[in-house]
Amino acid sequence: MSDMTEMSGPVLAADGTPLKRSLNKALRRQKMRALLLISPLLLFIMVSFILPIADMLYRSVENKIVIETLPRSVKALADWDSASGELPQEAVYAAMAADLKDAAEAKTHTKVGTRLNYENPGMSSVFRKTGRKAKKFDLETGGPWKEALIEINEDWADPDVWRTIQTYSPPVTAGYFLNAVDMRVGSDGAEMRPESEQIYMNLLKRTLWMSLLITFSCIVLAYPVAWLLANLPTRQANLLMILVLLPFWTSLLVRTSAWKILLQQQGVINDILVWIGLVSDDARLVIINNQFGTIVAMTHILLPFMILPMYSVMQTIPPTYLRAAKSLGATDWTAFWRVYFPQTIPGIGAGSILVFILAIGYYITPALVGGTKGTFISNQIAFHISTSLNWGLASALGAILLAVVLVLYWAYDKIVGIDNVKLG
Amino acid sequence: MKLVKILLASSALTATAGAVSAEDMANEMTLVSWGGAYQASQLKAYVEPYLEMHPEVSVTWDESSAEAVAKLRAMNEAGNVTWDLVDATISDTMRLCDEGLVEEIDHDADLADAPDGTKASEDFGDLLVSDCFIPQIVYSTTFGYRTDMVGDTPPTSVCDIFDLEKYPGKRALQKRPIDNVEWALHCDGVAKDAIYDVLGTDEGVNQALAKLDTIKDQVVWWTAGAETPQLLADGEVVFGSTFNGRLFSAIAEQNQPIGMLWDMQSFDLDGWVVPAGLPADRKARVMDFLKFATDTQRLADQAKYISYGPARMSSAPLVGKHAELGIDMAPHMPTDPANSGNVHVYDYEWWADNRDDLNAKFEAWLAK
Repeated sequence: MSDMTEMSGPVLAADGTPLKRSLNKALRRQKMRALLLISPLLLFIMVSFILPIADMLYRSVENKIVIETLPRSVKALADWDSASGELPQEAVYAAMAADLKDAAEAKTHTKVGTRLNYENPGMSSVFRKTGRKAKKFDLETGGPWKEALIEINEDWADPDVWRTIQTYSPPVTAGYFLNAVDMRVGSDGAEMRPESEQIYMNLLKRTLWMSLLITFSCIVLAYPVAWLLANLPTRQANLLMILVLLPFWTSLLVRTSAWKILLQQQGVINDILVWIGLVSDDARLVIINNQFGTIVAMTHILLPFMILPMYSVMQTIPPTYLRAAKSLGATDWTAFWRVYFPQTIPGIGAGSILVFILAIGYYITPALVGGTKGTFISNQIAFHISTSLNWGLASALGAILLAVVLVLYWAYDKIVGIDNVKLG
Repeated sequence: MKLVKILLASSALTATAGAVSAEDMANEMTLVSWGGAYQASQLKAYVEPYLEMHPEVSVTWDESSAEAVAKLRAMNEAGNVTWDLVDATISDTMRLCDEGLVEEIDHDADLADAPDGTKASEDFGDLLVSDCFIPQIVYSTTFGYRTDMVGDTPPTSVCDIFDLEKYPGKRALQKRPIDNVEWALHCDGVAKDAIYDVLGTDEGVNQALAKLDTIKDQVVWWTAGAETPQLLADGEVVFGSTFNGRLFSAIAEQNQPIGMLWDMQSFDLDGWVVPAGLPADRKARVMDFLKFATDTQRLADQAKYISYGPARMSSAPLVGKHAELGIDMAPHMPTDPANSGNVHVYDYEWWADNRDDLNAKFEAWLAK
């Protein structure tokens, strides 16, 4: 031992190479092998998860279509002062006529119209109607274009139309994000939308609040079930486990519809309450198509995601701990609260994160049982993806939701510690 | 190598020859529709007959019409369009056509003439509201009511929906502004032809929402077409709007105590669109199928299975009896004179422009 430390040169391995290098080499090979083993998964996650998210984030600010479709008009409009309230010069109209002719031939005029229509309703038909005639424009002799365009569609005489084109001409826009937080670009910078058009911030708050409520009710309901699962004899525990898993094997729509049948005013629960006389027939309870309905149905659907992590954590807690606590003089409650409960927190944490994150992204169940006040922000995202085709706005809303989840995750890590989360 | 060359040469030859013969048509077709009774009517009326004529062709169904717009755009961006023919509503078609995701159609050249030689464009008439659209059926969004919950005076006007004193109880309305705001304005005294002028102003929108406010507490909002018949059957609501075919099957096939309220029914169209950028052989097959599937007799045949009106004028006299129930279908058509005394024809262009804006206002109002 003392010989080794006194040696001045590097430690050598059996084959004469320095030990450090030889060790590194062996480790590198091991790392490479490990990387090779996980590479299919890594590749899969890249393609199916990271790239789509990056694409989504990019879409929420991307706005190349205006400058690509109307390059000359955008250039000509650069000098126009939108605050003056006056119409642009003839040169701008001529540039627009040339752009529209090209766009109509390439059939892209309606696309740019759709894009601008998100910001200023009516733009879509301005472009659609003008584009129909634009193919036949004779750029040499057709002018003056100011009169010509206004004659085709009088909206070309509205400075607001030009202001919208000017405002949304840069290839990158904050417009979608502003829209997602109920703001818009007004004549002097960003401003709040009128109250009658504010929806997203309220929806976001509601989504977070209701997801918290759902997570909480899942904790309350799942805890005793998980405890029973962990402490019953195997035979009964297995039976109970099947009951817990059964909903997993049933279609989500079937479960949601079942709640409708149970909760509606002429439904099973109301019928029973009326029959036993707790509620009079003309004052049946409204327990669906509102927030209550969403919370009940979603708690039921997400319950297994809470029970399973709790159960696997509780299974690892030796029953001897509780017995030891009691033999040392603790009451039942103290033994539970001071000895058993703290050991189950990792399970509660894991279950809560799972349920909460699943809940804020839900949209089928809220759409079916949520009525007007029990729907989530995901319902609007779904609307913009599949109906309005405003993918930029959907991406912005999604990005905000993602940011909120990451912030909450970070807060959880700070407060509880993510090392404390256990799935078993 | 040699084989490849020969193949290339022969395909180049056929391409230059230009004429489309049966050998140049793809033998597989993916049709996209709505599923359920509607898709079944298409299968019986023209897909099965077409397959009988062309045994070499096989058809795959995809019940994705509800997400057609989003999926077509995603396929287009990925450069891999797997659909050959898509059934879409007119409002979806307007978006698809504006985005360049579906082909423009030369209606006279691509579709069959009527038996008396009338050109297709005339036979479809006003229903050709988009260059990309091949109409199949006229359906309507209208109201059904519980016959046992309205007393001795069944409702006759759409404005009875807003009369909570005469007809207390819940109403089911679709969770979107389209139709609802028009009905509200109509019942608030706005003349039918002025509805869209009024709706174009902020005050008009507020007026419509204020009218809806009077029944807001009593409304169950639906999102899927099957909800209203169920709500009516359960006695959850007194009135409910939905597609007339759904009400027909609840009344005629399931014998529910439901009556039809046709007043101010909102006409809507459903039809085919051809995705843009199909390879020549697949497109040739689709166009061949389309010509057959939208001719006068085929559209009339479809009405044997579902109570939606054929989009061709020449098909109307050929509408017969229900294939299984044996009842006369004409009185159940939205286009029947007895039902179409007071109809609302919704303005596709106006909604294409204003849908997102009104949706935001409507959602904000709902959340209040």
